[in-house]
Amino acid sequence: MKKKRMGLALSLVLAAGTLLSGCGNDENAGEKKDSFTVAMVTDVGGIDDKSFNQSAWEGLQKFGEENGMKKGKDGYDYLQSQSDTDYATNLNKLVRSDYDLIYGIGYLMTDAITKIAEQKPKNHFAIVDSTVDKPNVASITFKEHEGSFLVGVVAGLTTKTNKIGFVGGMEIPLIEKFESGFLAGVKSVNPNAKVEVQYAGAFDQADKGKAIASSMYASGIDVIYHAAGATGNGVFSEAKDLKTKDPNRELWVIGVDKDQAPEGEVTVGGKTYNVTLTSMVKRVDVAVYDVAKKAKEGQFPGGKTLEYGLPENGVGIAPTQDNIKPEVLKAVDEWKQKIINGEVKVPSTRDEYKKFEASLK
Amino acid sequence: MNSSRLTKFLIPVFAVLLGVIAGSIVMLVSGYNPIAGYSALLYGSFGDSYYIGETIRQTTPYILAGLAVAFAFRTGLFNIGVEGQLIVGWLASVWVGVSLDLPKVIHLPLAILAAAAAGALWAFIPGFLKARFKVHEVIITIMMNYIALHVTNAIIRSVLSDKGFKSETVHPSASLQSEFLQSITDYSTLHYGIIISLIGAIIMWFLLEKTAKGYELRAVGFNQHASQYAGMNVPRNIILSMVISGAFAGVAGAMEGLGTFGNISVKAGFTGIGFDGIAVALIGSNNAFGIILSALLFGALKVGALEMPSSADVPTELVDIVIALIIFFVASSYLIRLLLSRFKKEGK
Repeated sequence: MKKKRMGLALSLVLAAGTLLSGCGNDENAGEKKDSFTVAMVTDVGGIDDKSFNQSAWEGLQKFGEENGMKKGKDGYDYLQSQSDTDYATNLNKLVRSDYDLIYGIGYLMTDAITKIAEQKPKNHFAIVDSTVDKPNVASITFKEHEGSFLVGVVAGLTTKTNKIGFVGGMEIPLIEKFESGFLAGVKSVNPNAKVEVQYAGAFDQADKGKAIASSMYASGIDVIYHAAGATGNGVFSEAKDLKTKDPNRELWVIGVDKDQAPEGEVTVGGKTYNVTLTSMVKRVDVAVYDVAKKAKEGQFPGGKTLEYGLPENGVGIAPTQDNIKPEVLKAVDEWKQKIINGEVKVPSTRDEYKKFEASLK
Repeated sequence: MNSSRLTKFLIPVFAVLLGVIAGSIVMLVSGYNPIAGYSALLYGSFGDSYYIGETIRQTTPYILAGLAVAFAFRTGLFNIGVEGQLIVGWLASVWVGVSLDLPKVIHLPLAILAAAAAGALWAFIPGFLKARFKVHEVIITIMMNYIALHVTNAIIRSVLSDKGFKSETVHPSASLQSEFLQSITDYSTLHYGIIISLIGAIIMWFLLEKTAKGYELRAVGFNQHASQYAGMNVPRNIILSMVISGAFAGVAGAMEGLGTFGNISVKAGFTGIGFDGIAVALIGSNNAFGIILSALLFGALKVGALEMPSSADVPTELVDIVIALIIFFVASSYLIRLLLSRFKKEGK
């Protein structure tokens, strides 16, 4: 009996072995790579999260198309992570495929990139939304608080109930930047407005976003700003549901990362409405494109931290502004200038916000 | 006897094969090449030393989670709370690893024991409620999963970090990570945990099959009333079984905390290892040796699946479906048993 089992196990292993050798990647063998290749690892959101990861992928696609590259191992590609154990595996997978530049998209990949960059000092990495102090890593960060401040101004001047909501993804310093900037923007133009802050605890759970939005709108909140990736899609769907029930009700969502106007479109009785007030765009695509371009030209900004703020157009208010009143837009422009001039220093942490709020009084 | 053991072994093997076939049909229908897909899966799990390292690393917690589920199951209990017990075990191991400073011979075992104790405590609650008040353990363990997730997140934020989202890295004296193992597997995240999980499998086998207590536990699993009639203390055995099961789950968490990650970060959702552990135990027919094999299968599927989108262009969603199909067929082993017995009859 024992022998039989062993025999079966052996033959299974053999079968696996033959399959393997039969289907090895023969196309890569012996081929010498001369063109620039670039790839990225998404976090659990994936490239269709209508937000952060998607924006990064768009930047990479644009770069690839402009340079006549193909999607795949000899051009540009992405890998999606299913859980946080996958970050290191996926990054290593790209290292092993010899990409010239590898992006880790997102704060959550900080540890994995730090470790792998140490192990593979010859490879070039870039991390978005975090800083990794290694000579072969370029760190890309954004001044999300500045962009959030501007949409805070919009929210503060648009609300009729003086109740505003903020839905965050995970309670991490990065999202607190959004929160602090947004609160500062609201309070600067409308000290009476109340902002309710809630965290969903995840970036990929639209159902939680919908539940939070539902209770927020029910409590009289009329503008919700979400910084929650794919969780925020639930906020949109709740707003659209409510709009479908009562097209006259005024309720708004402020999108994040990308221009999320397409997410807010809803047709009721043949008439099209859009619940997206505007969006705080964070041009991950611009930054990703930028760094890829520099790397291709041999000027990879390794060891540096690139910070994209309002002057660099790294953050800002989305081009779709149809739902914003002209006088509000004027105010946004004024505040934008003040931030660029340095007249207003937007808080980026909760502690800074407390001081900021105290200074308003 | 011999032929029935053979059937027992053949069922999971056939199930995996059927799953693979069903998976290829799905891939064909959606316009992808199944051969390319599966060879990517194989390459991504055993293709070279790096992937083998990753597969073994992924297998490590699966073995322990599978043992946890199986141990409770052998005593007639459904421990759906392995996930939660794993999370508190992870937390406890990192906590000990970060906050104490001891020589490695004490620190590392202490961190692992802390994880086992935390998992055991988490499983004690449903065990006690079941034994004392006849509350069904499935409901309590599921609820305890959520409590574990959110309590752990709160502790990471408030105690283990300054409102951050992850703890510090555990001291080297409590770490399972090994530069040697990483170097022979081309910097995979392989760590010494695999040895601990194999020891865990031996412990489970020994406990259940070779000790009087194990006999008692199994007897309770077969028939509570008969066991009680025979003079066994059924409630105490129920609690004991849950506690041991929870300890296995806690150690599975320590594998992640001390080995794979070296720290703990705020979790958006469950790790899934505990839930997969249910399937691992099922496929391994609740047998310590079988669980090692089925954990390896799961580890290989999980790690290999990451290769499918990049080298075979199979979208991630489809990979999930294919893997679910394999699990589905394995779980529906009854069907296969039926088929096998038909074949046998015809053969005679």
